[in-house]
Amino acid sequence: MEHINTSRRSFIKTGSLTGVGLMVGLNSFAKEKHPKKISHTDPKSAVLDLEINPFIIISTDGSIALINPRPDMGQGSTQAAPSLIAEELEVSLDKVKLIQSGGQEKYGSQQSGGSSTVRGLWTSLRKAGAAAKEMLIETAAKRWNASIVDCYALDGKIYLKNSDKSFTFGELVDDASKLQVPKNPKLKDPKDFKILGKYNKRLDVPERVTGKAVYGIDIEVPNMVYACMQHSPAIHGKIVSIDDSEALKVKGVLQVIKTKRPMPHRAADAVAVIASNWWAAQKGRKALKVTWDNGDLAKTMTTDNYFAATYEAAKKEGIRYEEKGDFNAKFANAKQKLEFNYETPFLAHAPIEPECAVVHVKDDGTAEVWAHVQGPDGGLSDVSRALGISKDKIKFNVPLLGGSFGRKAYHDYLNENCLLAKELKKPVKMMWTREDDITQGPYRPGMLSHMQGFVDKGKITGFYHHAIGESIVGQVFGGLAPDESDPWLSGEISTENSKYEFPVSKVSWTNVKTEIPIVWWRSVYASNMGWGQECFIDELAQLAGKDPLQARLDLVKDARYRKVLETIAEKANWKEKLVAGQGKGIAVFASFGSISACCITVTKDGAGVKIDKVVSVLDCGYYVNPDNVKAQTEGNIVMGITAAIKGGITFTNGVCDQTNFHQYNVMRLSEAPKMEIHIIDSGENPGGVGEPSLPPIAPALGNAIFAATGKRIRKLPFDIANLG
Amino acid sequence: MAIFNLTVNGKKTKVDVEPDMPLLWVVRDFVGLKGTKFGCGIAQCGACTVHVNGEATRSCQIPVSSLAKNAKITTIEGIGETQLHAVQQAWIEEQVPQCGYCQSGQIMSAVALLKTTPNPTDADIDTYMSGNLCRCGTYDRIRKGIHRAAESLKAGNAGTGK
Repeated sequence: MEHINTSRRSFIKTGSLTGVGLMVGLNSFAKEKHPKKISHTDPKSAVLDLEINPFIIISTDGSIALINPRPDMGQGSTQAAPSLIAEELEVSLDKVKLIQSGGQEKYGSQQSGGSSTVRGLWTSLRKAGAAAKEMLIETAAKRWNASIVDCYALDGKIYLKNSDKSFTFGELVDDASKLQVPKNPKLKDPKDFKILGKYNKRLDVPERVTGKAVYGIDIEVPNMVYACMQHSPAIHGKIVSIDDSEALKVKGVLQVIKTKRPMPHRAADAVAVIASNWWAAQKGRKALKVTWDNGDLAKTMTTDNYFAATYEAAKKEGIRYEEKGDFNAKFANAKQKLEFNYETPFLAHAPIEPECAVVHVKDDGTAEVWAHVQGPDGGLSDVSRALGISKDKIKFNVPLLGGSFGRKAYHDYLNENCLLAKELKKPVKMMWTREDDITQGPYRPGMLSHMQGFVDKGKITGFYHHAIGESIVGQVFGGLAPDESDPWLSGEISTENSKYEFPVSKVSWTNVKTEIPIVWWRSVYASNMGWGQECFIDELAQLAGKDPLQARLDLVKDARYRKVLETIAEKANWKEKLVAGQGKGIAVFASFGSISACCITVTKDGAGVKIDKVVSVLDCGYYVNPDNVKAQTEGNIVMGITAAIKGGITFTNGVCDQTNFHQYNVMRLSEAPKMEIHIIDSGENPGGVGEPSLPPIAPALGNAIFAATGKRIRKLPFDIANLG
Repeated sequence: MAIFNLTVNGKKTKVDVEPDMPLLWVVRDFVGLKGTKFGCGIAQCGACTVHVNGEATRSCQIPVSSLAKNAKITTIEGIGETQLHAVQQAWIEEQVPQCGYCQSGQIMSAVALLKTTPNPTDADIDTYMSGNLCRCGTYDRIRKGIHRAAESLKAGNAGTGK
């Protein structure tokens, strides 16, 4: 049986998914001429469940199941992905069942990340729906001896025009699934969309308000034991000795295991306390006495040292990524010029559901996993490697993710539990504490933007962005050559991305390494780099005596960008007269195929400011559900402001200074500002939604504070109540 | 281990656990109700909010042995068993949840707020709800959801969970 998204548990009970399936790879529509048959678990059942293509299963009893190949972490893939199929297949989402993919190759890339769900699947999933529809129509036409142009699909049936004849999909599927899968099925004209682009309630919200939705932490399997981990306070410390005598006295504690936490680039020592329940396991962990050898980490692994190195690097040339004109020569001779550094902190993702996984290595050489990962395809590969069991012998189940923001695409916690499960040979549920989550990383890297620029005759004419810090590609994947400019980051700050047509410009990069583990965090480097880029544009505009909006419009010819800027100006009432002590700031940034601008209004309030309103504009091209686009943008506003004004992650003497939410502060409801979100219906190819509206938030706030108070902030995070 | 007799969502249930085990883990792993969530373990996030005798309580901080014998515990599973509570309905109407993980706690807090403050102002909501973190950033919708639920409770056309 395939794994069913556990939020659709009613479907598990029917157990009707397996059957004689005709497997036709979507990625090889026309390739598979000899569909494989898979065995029927219930030979007595008269109902056949036919996989007309990997993403659509139609049963002869008429029921329909669609596959969601992108795990849901709150971004709405449980609606977005099936909507793409349903639109073309002509079925209504409330009448289909949803199955979460489990890493199988036939589903292609299954990584929820890089804001890729809709933009990545826009064509392929619609094609899956359209191809199945054409096969059903062809079958019906044959039975009626009619032309296919006289047949149409509607709400799970094929109809014959000008007649009262119809077949349900279930009545047609057996024959239809034997047809050649059309290579290039005709896709609907967007003007005919019934689902895509329309407001529709997400159908799994009821489960998420009644406690029925099943997240990673909720998985329970028979004979399971629980694990709580003791990680090195200095992350990479080596175990010298373990005294587990007190831990083993804790009722419920079964054993203590010396183990590893395998991060992608290096493994750290760890100790697992195994118990019959998790409360006992964590009590046992507290009773452990582990002696660690931290080597030089107390000296080397500090954020102060790291940032000091970035400021040193700012004084030198970086590795050039792009250059237009001779920037250094022009800068040296410029009469009106500025040079500043902008700092962004390390940040924890702190998804509200901590990291956890259940892994069961069985006696028969197979394994089953339940893990809330962002990408089950990568997860399955990791588990296969960690357990030494081939992928086809592993069943990978993906429950819902209680938030992630990039964190659960880093599989250290899953690999860690694989090591335990391999040793224990029984189901193991390993759960991290919040302290593990906050003190162990990986984190968004702290970064420095060294900016230089000059103006001439009221225009910004020279612009240099030197990005400095640790590389995700380099640290996590070992994929950065010493003379290479980090490609992820440099692309984001390139003029090709910003569309700013400076007469003279340069982008460069310096890699300052750290042992603090890092990884992508919502919007990746755009969340760091937007701060330097967009604040510095404002500073140069000020120097040029230009309105910040006009200064940007002067630099941009690209029609989409201009429209985004013009729309934010209009919606945020940019030109309105403000009262004394009030200020507006704008910023714009493109990432993940979308363009977003933000305008924030603040008012002086004692030694700080208060945020009056946040207006966000997003051009993400075609989208699935405007309400979900707005919800994601609300999330980006909250997370973007949190990243600007709440505490970052710091390391002192090799240890994270923050341990839980009392020290790692995140925005609370009382601090959430008024917000207004506008989507530009550009009709362009779909872009990302989950991340692109985050990068402009912090710089819009910084620019608003300057407008209101004359105080320029260049280092995040800052105290909004006391600007100093 | 010790036996504790609990009343959870109106049902009497017996658990055999260590006396210092917090109600959160008793409810999740021994009563088997997984709707109440673990977020921080130190009463900072509110994901574990349940009602004890009608009062919103961070269940991660309540050792099971500290509960009064006749304590009535209500979890997210217990507030809308026959008909969805007005708060749950409002959460659906406003499409509040994103990942939804914190929403059990948010809803339990909101239900408790509306019991004592049937007409909450934004300021009331801000004060009462600030102990419940949402990393997805659904705060604006939570405010709207509470106002909507308050309206429908006044109009008498929604479930109170009783």
